[in-house]
Amino acid sequence: MPIETLNVNLLSILPMALVAILALSMLVLDFFLKKGDKGAIGYLSIIGLLIVLPIASNAIEGAPAFGGMVIADAFSAFFNCIFILAAVFALYLSVDYLKRINSETGEYYYIVLFAVAGMMVMSSANDLIALYVGIELMALSFYVLTAFRVRDTKSSEGGLKYFVLGALSSGILLYGISFTYGFSGTTNISDIARLAGGAGANNTFMLLGVVLTAAGFAFKIAAFPFHVWAPDAYEGAPTPVTALISIGSKAASFAVFLRVFIVAFPAFQSHWWKLLWALSAATMLYGSVVAIPQKNIIRMLAYSSIAHAGVILIGIVALNGAGAAGVMYYLLVYAFMNMGAFAIVMYLGRVRGNGEYVSDYAGMSSRHPVIAFLMALFLLSLAGIPPTGGFMAKFFILSAAIKARYYWLAAIGVVSTAISLFFYARVVFYMYMKDAEGDSPAPAGRPALAYDVVIYITAAMTMLLGLYPAPFMEIAIKAVEPLIR
Amino acid sequence: MPTLDLILEVILLTVKVAVLTQIIFALPMPLTWLERKIAGHIQVRLGPWRVGPHGILQPFADAIKLLFKEDIVPDKADKILFKIAPLIAMVPAFAVFAAIPLGDTFKIPVIGAEVKLYLSDMNVGALYILAIGGLSVYGMILGGWASNSKYALLGGLRCSAQMISYEIAVSFAVIGVVMLSNSLNLLEIVKSQGGSFLSWNFLYLPVGPVWFAIFLIGSVAEINRIPFDLSEDEGTLSSGYHTEYSGMRFSFFMLAEYVAMVTVSILSVIFFFGGWNAPFAFLSFIPPIAWFMGKVCFFIYFFMWVRFTLPRYRYDQLMKIGWKILIPLSLVNILITGLMLI
Amino acid sequence: MFEQFFFYIFATVAIVSAICVISVRNPVHSAVFLIVCLLQVAAIFVLLRSPFLAAAQVFIYVGAVMVLFLFAVMVLDMGKAHWKEHLHGQSAPAAVLAGILFILLGYMALKGRMTAPLGTYNEAALVKNTEVVGRALFTKYIFPFEVVSVILLLALVGAIALVMREKRP
Repeated sequence: MPIETLNVNLLSILPMALVAILALSMLVLDFFLKKGDKGAIGYLSIIGLLIVLPIASNAIEGAPAFGGMVIADAFSAFFNCIFILAAVFALYLSVDYLKRINSETGEYYYIVLFAVAGMMVMSSANDLIALYVGIELMALSFYVLTAFRVRDTKSSEGGLKYFVLGALSSGILLYGISFTYGFSGTTNISDIARLAGGAGANNTFMLLGVVLTAAGFAFKIAAFPFHVWAPDAYEGAPTPVTALISIGSKAASFAVFLRVFIVAFPAFQSHWWKLLWALSAATMLYGSVVAIPQKNIIRMLAYSSIAHAGVILIGIVALNGAGAAGVMYYLLVYAFMNMGAFAIVMYLGRVRGNGEYVSDYAGMSSRHPVIAFLMALFLLSLAGIPPTGGFMAKFFILSAAIKARYYWLAAIGVVSTAISLFFYARVVFYMYMKDAEGDSPAPAGRPALAYDVVIYITAAMTMLLGLYPAPFMEIAIKAVEPLIR
Repeated sequence: MPTLDLILEVILLTVKVAVLTQIIFALPMPLTWLERKIAGHIQVRLGPWRVGPHGILQPFADAIKLLFKEDIVPDKADKILFKIAPLIAMVPAFAVFAAIPLGDTFKIPVIGAEVKLYLSDMNVGALYILAIGGLSVYGMILGGWASNSKYALLGGLRCSAQMISYEIAVSFAVIGVVMLSNSLNLLEIVKSQGGSFLSWNFLYLPVGPVWFAIFLIGSVAEINRIPFDLSEDEGTLSSGYHTEYSGMRFSFFMLAEYVAMVTVSILSVIFFFGGWNAPFAFLSFIPPIAWFMGKVCFFIYFFMWVRFTLPRYRYDQLMKIGWKILIPLSLVNILITGLMLI
Repeated sequence: MFEQFFFYIFATVAIVSAICVISVRNPVHSAVFLIVCLLQVAAIFVLLRSPFLAAAQVFIYVGAVMVLFLFAVMVLDMGKAHWKEHLHGQSAPAAVLAGILFILLGYMALKGRMTAPLGTYNEAALVKNTEVVGRALFTKYIFPFEVVSVILLLALVGAIALVMREKRP
């Protein structure tokens, strides 16, 4: 391929290049810092990410760059903002968290930055090869981060399970990509639809590619029955990483899921909607039912995140502009409400030394009235109760499904929401209706400012997205318009 | 249908393979004699003397001895791997010669037919040699492991660690040569060094000598010769990975080692010393094959000379040389080579 | 004709050795079978007119990666510690499910057909195979290529970060 047709456009890779450069400079800086000063890397990374944020939110119009590999459209810009915000919150909480678990290292911070770079590559990938290397960059970072608490066997277990199953899912995804390539002769996402569209609709060879690709993505978003790694990895990972995996990794995986299935495979919709329909329904029901008996709140949130993945899948099944925009909006809201919930779990761990189990929340309303109220807000938002952001997100997705005449799927979505209310409300019940049993441990001093900042910002955003969704939804709709044909 | 030309080609190729294999098989016999003689003279003694004049029949006596020795397989060894390990060590050493040219073409004086002095004019020859040559190490690793003996296992482990450490530096050196000659094809590499000795890669100043030094040190380590023969360090490991071997299986390992030494000598000549090109244009009346053989013999002698001159390194020193000196040096050298070629 | 004949030989050996990798009990034997499998893949690359990839496959996977594998297996002394069963009787249903999946996938792959156009490079261009690979890598695939370099760096840093922590003073 001659250089002239490559369309070398450095602007289109500027955000991810900047994040990668930031990570590399933190790696170098790490050599010069003493053991106690590693937090500086965390703060510098946050500042760097905040500088990249306005650049990343800027969409570059024009053809895909670098031989059709990368595209920096409004769609990827939207997701890039989610990744950066989630990473900023997670890093901010991490500084104090790492001090608490006594394993302050510089590597942690820049591996998080590498993960963000990987997610950005995913969201901007316009080619299955670029998409795959993006997935690997992100996933590899998360395998390492999950196993980061080396002294805890749960962390190693989670990391190992995540790694083995993640590698397996990558294999399945690659298998799907190679079938797609064998049929269409291209890995370029926008060309696949053109080359494989008409003739391939009934060719089982191409369908195999679609099915295997879907299975690969389903692993990454932790949809039933590809979810088994999620609870163990969530429980084992350092809690800020858990938050980042549940938000960033999920958002990035949905970004590629959306782009591939909307841009590359729309011709096969008559086949894959059944598959994704079943996947979505099973995931919603499984996630919300299994979350009920969980005693560990992080495992509960893990199953809740599985259920949420099922709800978000509805938006892809619908295959219309409203559905895709709903997915994006849902992921934005999910970023704030889930991060808020995890921040409170960490906050309790900091001030009381517990908070891992649901029973730890008994009597919280009297000890920490504000925090208890905000926790209730996040949980109700996760459950989808108005006037929070979670309600609007579910509303957009379900209305898109109804618009596309998937009444049963929408109904299952509502039922699963009702089931999920049970376990979310249980925590609220513990906080407000139960008194603490026995001696509650004494408060361990004032926690870092980070917790307050993150909790209040995420709470404010959760409410804002519930009360005034129009501008955000408009951005999302504009972003998906060029993708839907 | 296969044409007559094709059939002739196949017959010629088969003959060439047979001849080459015979030569390589026989090669260790004179080499062992030579090595012991050189050792003797360096250490001011006579070396083999009793069998034949100047001990020249000694290798035949050794071969007969090895053939008739009992082939012992240890009781607790992994039988299958133990038996095939010597073959795994030996086959790649031979397979490498598929890509090694011994000259360009050769005109047979009486009938006037031209014969190509190579089996295959491979486009990725340099890479092929590195790849296949690297497989010999499995014979040593698996032989060491299958013996179920701690000396052998340690020898095998050392072998694998050493191999990985030095393979990187050697491949960098080959990349340097490829950059200088602009091809992976060995014939092209030799052709690019034609003319006089000034165009040899060795004299591409300042990077040529450095590449050669890296290649030489790395190769000596890869073929497990002193001063890097830690995997068969008789002082500490009795004799390393082949401690439990005897008879013919033992001699296969030795065969592989000698062939590897010849290969490395040939590669040094091809990569750095102009192959079969004469050093001065006016000397080109001497046939190329003679120049080639002469240069190769010099390197074979050089390796034997080194063996009886230098002491053995310690294991940590070996690792340090590999990772902390050779690899950074080759990275810097690649940069300089690249800048010079712009 | 000839090529198909060789392809089926290499493919069969590759699959059989791959099955052996996961079914033999001794990790060293598994590694040896994996080497065999990787060599067959290299041979298939040769049939596909890609000698550079074949040599790189042998050089990197067989020559370097598998040596490291064997090194790790021997250092950890897994050779004698045979794997224990931890499947709790799930192997029978798993085998049935995997068999059904395999049959389904095979059916779909056989019933469909590939329609991709043959490669854009003709035999003449492929004589310069190394150059073709190099050009593709540094023009069309330059972006993934650079990302891969970041991945490798990350893998290096990550492995060290996980393993070396305990040893710090």
